[in-house]
Amino acid sequence: MTNIIIWTIAILAALGLVLSVVLFLVAKKFKVEEDPRIDEVEAVMPGANCGGCGFAGCRAFAESAVKAGNLDNNYCPVGGADVMSKVASILGVEVKASAPKVAVVRCNGTCEARPRVNEYGGAASCKVKASLYAGDTLCQWGCLGCGDCVSACKFGALSMGPATGLPVVDESKCTACGACVKSCPKGIIELRNKGPRSMRVVVECVNKDKGVLARKACSNACIGCTKCQKVCAHDAITIESNLAYIDFTKCKLCKKCVAECPTGAIHAINFPVLPAKKVEDKPKETGNEQ
Amino acid sequence: MSSKLTFRIGGIHPCDNKISRDCAIEVLPLPEVVYVSMAQHLGAPAAPVVAVGDKVLAGQVIAEPAGFISAFVHSPVSGTVKSIAPRADIAGRMVNHIEIVREGDEWAEGIDLSTDLVTEIPADRQFCLDRIKNNGVVGLGGATFPTHVKLNPAPGSKAECLIINGAECEPYLTSDYRIMLERTKEIIVGAAIMQSVLGGCRCVIGIEENKPAAIKAMRAALAELPYEGIKVQVLKKRYPQGGEKQLIDAVMRRQVASGALPISVGAVVQNMATALAVYEAVQKNRPLVTNVLTVTGDCLPVSAQHNYLFRIGMPLSYIAQVAGGVPEGAAKIISGGPMMGKAISNLDAATVKGSSSILYLSEEATRRKPESECIRCGRCADACPMGLEPFLLRRLTEAGDMQGLEAASVQDCIECGCCLYSCPANIPLLDHIRLSKGQVMGIIRARAAAAKAAQAANNQK
Repeated sequence: MTNIIIWTIAILAALGLVLSVVLFLVAKKFKVEEDPRIDEVEAVMPGANCGGCGFAGCRAFAESAVKAGNLDNNYCPVGGADVMSKVASILGVEVKASAPKVAVVRCNGTCEARPRVNEYGGAASCKVKASLYAGDTLCQWGCLGCGDCVSACKFGALSMGPATGLPVVDESKCTACGACVKSCPKGIIELRNKGPRSMRVVVECVNKDKGVLARKACSNACIGCTKCQKVCAHDAITIESNLAYIDFTKCKLCKKCVAECPTGAIHAINFPVLPAKKVEDKPKETGNEQ
Repeated sequence: MSSKLTFRIGGIHPCDNKISRDCAIEVLPLPEVVYVSMAQHLGAPAAPVVAVGDKVLAGQVIAEPAGFISAFVHSPVSGTVKSIAPRADIAGRMVNHIEIVREGDEWAEGIDLSTDLVTEIPADRQFCLDRIKNNGVVGLGGATFPTHVKLNPAPGSKAECLIINGAECEPYLTSDYRIMLERTKEIIVGAAIMQSVLGGCRCVIGIEENKPAAIKAMRAALAELPYEGIKVQVLKKRYPQGGEKQLIDAVMRRQVASGALPISVGAVVQNMATALAVYEAVQKNRPLVTNVLTVTGDCLPVSAQHNYLFRIGMPLSYIAQVAGGVPEGAAKIISGGPMMGKAISNLDAATVKGSSSILYLSEEATRRKPESECIRCGRCADACPMGLEPFLLRRLTEAGDMQGLEAASVQDCIECGCCLYSCPANIPLLDHIRLSKGQVMGIIRARAAAAKAAQAANNQK
């Protein structure tokens, strides 16, 4: 009886020994040579695997950066300058300075400003809704309000404003990964420079219809009147297909256009509230709180 | 041939609700203004050939095809072109429309407006095809595919059987039924013309069993007319029998492969209303500017239901108004049948060649029940007439797995809605599938275009 136990232990021990040798040899023979810097780079990445850089995840980003040997096509919007300078020091290269960005919702068609003319009863997804018809308002460009961007955001930076029916960006959480930009079938969300002290001036409208139609659909719509373009001293505003666009690289935040806009489509965001500016800042603030 | 045929995979039995079946076709009075859409057919939108201020006659060409798969558009009324501008269609999307202010009702020269039956078929095949093309005939069964393209199969493929689709399997719709009763002989002449254009194949007129009067009328008219090789086939009532591939399976017992055209199994399917349009185009030189439309619904009293002969370009709101206005209790207005039709979000939209109904449905009939989790019962897979697995396609869509979707043949979906109809968890399966079908079709087309370009580059070397 004891014999059987001894033999069993002996055979198992011998088997384990032989197999460990085999495993050791195989591991030696088929070892995948990998640049150790890939692991180092991956270690300093945020690890969110959000795909905001255009790669499948942080590991894929690290592999690509190490393989390329430079950072021309690699930028981690989540980690920003901090992470990129660490990655650059591991790779021994220079990193181009890049201004921090933030997602901006370019639609101000609140429930009040943009009356609903029909009721949507299909699947609760903007993509599905956009594939079916122009939407439940007269504006075929604006926010559909089903919250595809909210579910796309991995950082919890987006939420739907219950009163406005529009997505609201929590700037403290937004990492500018761009997932919401890709998820929006109407192309409303844009990544813009965060600006000094997060101050920005934005045209919150994407309606390209003629002024009459745009105004009929939404009282907050850009009607392409060109007033803002005329008042802008920095040549930052272009008007294409009845829609104004402010180039954030040229805008000097003078806010002249904000005062000039007859429909209130241009918004000044995060400017300190001065008594004189109260009127302009008010709509934005209510939008954010909700 | 008294046995009733049907297709072999999937299908459902919705209540047919053909309430307006006994309403004879009435001719609508002409409105003051019509808006003629440039995108009334599958393929490239037509290009306008008239300018603002031009005087046009009814039946005159106002837009030309802009591509191989495209069609002529004719003026439905006589009058003056007031504007050529984008206007919202039934889904609210902007499409180029020609606005014509009506003055009288004068027709262009060379159009035979008499109602005499012309039974003699022109022997010249090209003459018939040209007339069909020049008179802007498109398939009126739903897809509005240009008819002349379908009747002119690529060299090497031969049509063995022309199927005239009289299934009208969508609930509520009765426009095809009415023309089967009222324009029986014209339809048969139209079928015979297409038969001769296709080189004398056999022709089967497929009618579902819930239209016995139409079957009887068709058989009686066939006995009177001198054509050979045309027969009426009774089909079992089953949705979506009117689907092209389902009808071919029902009549010919052949299945069209994934991605292939019906001609690959020797079949050409044309709708009942298309046969009538072909008759008018070839025998009377009348362009396709009229069609029959049903005004019906579960919240509309029978006395207010109509089958109207409308001119294309009449706004839906005008027709609704002539028919007595939008009924109280209508929660949803649909263009087309309740299964495949599109909800009308803009009643001011103009009618197009393929308009088949204004359907008023009550809150009770259209309310979506609360969605719950998929329990994998497989009812959607049983109901799918294309043999797909809708529950799987929906999951893949949510995951954004385009390769998986293509492998699961999402591109074969005919959007009939059987899956959604049969789902006990009320999941809007088709909403998701339609979306990913569009994306996968786009990928397939882009791949085909890239392969073609690569081949062309190779040939040049």
